Amino acid sequence: MSVQLSLTVNGKPVSATVDARTLLVDFLRNELALTGTHVGCDTGQCGACTVSLDGRAVKACNLLAAQANGAKVVTIEGLAAADGTLHPMQAAFKECHGLQCGFCTPGMVLSAIDLVARHPQPDEKTIRAELEGNLCRCTGYQNIVKAVAHGAAAMAK
Amino acid sequence: MGANDTGLIGQAVRRREDLRFLTGAGQYTDDVNPPHHTHAYFLRSPHAHAKIRKVDTAKAKAAPGVVAVFTGADLEGVNGLPCGWLITGTDGKPMNEPPHPVLAQGKVRHVGDPVALVVAESPHEAKDAAELIDVDYEVLPAVVNCVAALKPGAPQIHEQAPGNKCYTWALGDKAAVDAAFAKAAHVAKVDIVNNRLIPNAIEPRAAVASYSRADDSYTLYVASQNPHVERLLMTAFVLGLPETKVRVIAPDVGGGFGSKIYLYAEETAMVWASKRVNRPIKWAAERGEAFVSDAHGRDHVTHAELACDGDGRFLAMRVVTTANMGAYLSTFASCIPTILYATLLAGQYTTPAIWCEVTASFTNTVPVDAYRGAGRPEATYVVERLVHQAGVDLGIAQDEIRRRNFIRTFPYATPVALTYDTGNYDATLDGAKAAADVAGYAARKAESGKRGKLRGIGYSSYIEACGLAPSNVAGALGARAGLFEAGEVRVNPTGGVTVFTGSHSHGQGHETTFAQVVAAKLGIDIETVEVVHGDTGRVPFGMGTYGSRSLAVGGTAIVKALDKVIAKGKKIAAHLLEAAEADIEFRDGKFTVAGTDRSKAFGEVALAAYVPHNYPLDKLEPGLDETAFYDPTNFTYPAGTHICEVEIDPDTGVVEVARFTACDDFGNIINPMIVEGQVHGGLAQGIGQALLENCVYDAESGQLLSGSYMDYAMPRADDLPSFQVETRVTPCTHNPLGAKGCGEAGAIGAPAALMNAVHDALLGVGVKHLDMPASPHRVWQAIRAARG
Ligand code: FES
Ligand code: FES
Repeated sequence: MSVQLSLTVNGKPVSATVDARTLLVDFLRNELALTGTHVGCDTGQCGACTVSLDGRAVKACNLLAAQANGAKVVTIEGLAAADGTLHPMQAAFKECHGLQCGFCTPGMVLSAIDLVARHPQPDEKTIRAELEGNLCRCTGYQNIVKAVAHGAAAMAK
Repeated sequence: MGANDTGLIGQAVRRREDLRFLTGAGQYTDDVNPPHHTHAYFLRSPHAHAKIRKVDTAKAKAAPGVVAVFTGADLEGVNGLPCGWLITGTDGKPMNEPPHPVLAQGKVRHVGDPVALVVAESPHEAKDAAELIDVDYEVLPAVVNCVAALKPGAPQIHEQAPGNKCYTWALGDKAAVDAAFAKAAHVAKVDIVNNRLIPNAIEPRAAVASYSRADDSYTLYVASQNPHVERLLMTAFVLGLPETKVRVIAPDVGGGFGSKIYLYAEETAMVWASKRVNRPIKWAAERGEAFVSDAHGRDHVTHAELACDGDGRFLAMRVVTTANMGAYLSTFASCIPTILYATLLAGQYTTPAIWCEVTASFTNTVPVDAYRGAGRPEATYVVERLVHQAGVDLGIAQDEIRRRNFIRTFPYATPVALTYDTGNYDATLDGAKAAADVAGYAARKAESGKRGKLRGIGYSSYIEACGLAPSNVAGALGARAGLFEAGEVRVNPTGGVTVFTGSHSHGQGHETTFAQVVAAKLGIDIETVEVVHGDTGRVPFGMGTYGSRSLAVGGTAIVKALDKVIAKGKKIAAHLLEAAEADIEFRDGKFTVAGTDRSKAFGEVALAAYVPHNYPLDKLEPGLDETAFYDPTNFTYPAGTHICEVEIDPDTGVVEVARFTACDDFGNIINPMIVEGQVHGGLAQGIGQALLENCVYDAESGQLLSGSYMDYAMPRADDLPSFQVETRVTPCTHNPLGAKGCGEAGAIGAPAALMNAVHDALLGVGVKHLDMPASPHRVWQAIRAARG
């Protein structure tokens, strides 16, 4: 069975017909070639697939593409400004060495932006608790926590 | 670095690789989509141990979208997967090395053992078709525990390994050890299990294999830490192809930690099949598959004893270990619990006599191989748990008992085959104590006590042997490969430099660190240096990244190539400046006639090499492109002290890591930001092992019980504290960078520090022994049992 969808991805309108069982993450990666959104697990635990859906961070492996019909989706590819200027949270991750292999990074950044929207001045405890849904095997989280605090401060400016 | 250091060395240069990762422009294997590619799915054994009576693939072959289905019977002329290290047992015989078929042949030996490869137009179709394959299994009894596997009557896994034994191997002077024990004032003893771990790089393994009819060649993209080794093993040992016909590319790789070193069945079968289907084949493991097919780590059972005199000086150590190899020998499995384990049992101490015996067994579990630290965490855990116990038994403070036994003169030949070149163990112990505010510990403990909590402190003074290795030494110990590294420095005509390194970066930031080394040495702008890695089609050769070797060995190969570039540059400059070559000095990016202000910039010399109009063509070839292979003369010996403070809630058994301090000596440091990040990551994995992670198989059925992120406790952000990380420096004496390596230290030192802290906290309630992980359930039970 196939379904029709139209949605906005990174500010651009997108229409497609997809197999009904297509996951949002597969739609983004395979149909739209937005391969910055990663797949790290099959139980909705790792957060590597996190994208923003109507301003909320969601796990794109846990949603059907059809569920994003009519929504506004932002992926890691859509965060930097048109001239290439990084989003303050992206810049903070670089500045604070909040990434190593980079595989968890897009999901971390999207989760971090969502976190800051809800907690504009998060302390370490809040950041650690809020990042519970995003696994990183490389960094030990310390520099991610630092980056999120740094990014939050930059976003407040 | 010497005279040409432009200030880049030791700087926290921000990473150049970050931009692509932060904008979604990284290219991991699963992001590679060659035209007309197909998708692979592997049908895996649901049983731990079974005979395969029959496999019927007819229905699957007829299913929609299916291109081909292959089973073990189809892989004619394909050899088994090789093991790269031959261990010779105490009986003088080579280890038992049973075949490791690419797809099961007649039998399956662990849950997840691949049985068939389905190639289809889409991943769904491949998966759906696999369900139609009818495998007639005769289920056999299984054994998963490494000690149980050696008991008489245990299920026999391989014909070629009677009693499930791979080898019994020993190191050290047993007679000297026995004699020392006989006259010891005290013997400290521990019985410990080093828990099995699942590496869990967040990028699951993946591969894309293509075949070209045009020149009968293959291209394999694979999530690998060492593409050249992958190619060598796959072509020479398994598929019988010329290396010239296979290009292996390891693009951006999302973490490895050892698990992506090995030659695996999946990509091997896919390369073979890509020619049969004449289309590219793509596969990305699902996480559930990763759990049952990525090589696991650790899994030792050990009895260890430390003989001491009345003052707590160590006289001898005796260690008997059983190590789990899993169902087959993975690429480096055999050397992990032997060469990389027993040789580290001296630790930082002058223990004069050490004897270690290791028996490796086969079980119905996923193969076990190197995982971050590989053998050295296991050794450190034995040594540091023993030292802690000796301190407790003899009533000597934990820092003091370590200090009484530290090695202080270098080079130091241990009784277990290594010679430490340099170190300063007092400095790292002192550094850790100061940073951990050990002075304030008593007050913190009292404060915890007021809240009904149990506080404990634990030390771990670890050492590791990194920078693998002198190839001839490794060869004498059974290595079937060289362990050097290669580097090429290509100076382009306009002065930009492309560096090709055999090391591979999957998070370590080589593109930045190596560029710092090159720019500093050549005195040029770092932006003009490009670092290329991970492609057998571009990089001359390489042994890859593991064992914290990249900077010490791979970096040194680059430095040696740079030396050649500079040496040739001097000849060119001498000609251009009409001076004697001996008078040319290279400094700050300039070739200068000594004692004059006459000089040529590096870029001018590069241009002359490629536009050789005014050039000594009779004496010198044009071009400026040099390659070096570097084979180290010794291991490097990073060392340090970790101090952990835990607070335990006796009512719930929850262990909180209240403070964790590491003071490490990695030799010279090029980029302290990257080094600190490596330490953080290693500590998280070490703490993960001690506190959370545990791979559990059902003893009866051999089913993996911890087979998803719901069951296998990965460290999450809120499980860990912020670490206090410091360094002290004694430069490595035998490589020009003075670097020792930093990638594994955290995973090596942390488990013992944490478990010693847990034991310290629980001493008062009478808990004598607890194995990792110190989960709430286990801690609570231990407290209950001790209280009676
Ligand atoms: S891939 Fe979505 S949570 Fe892991
Ligand atoms: S940076 Fe590798 S998993 Fe987070």
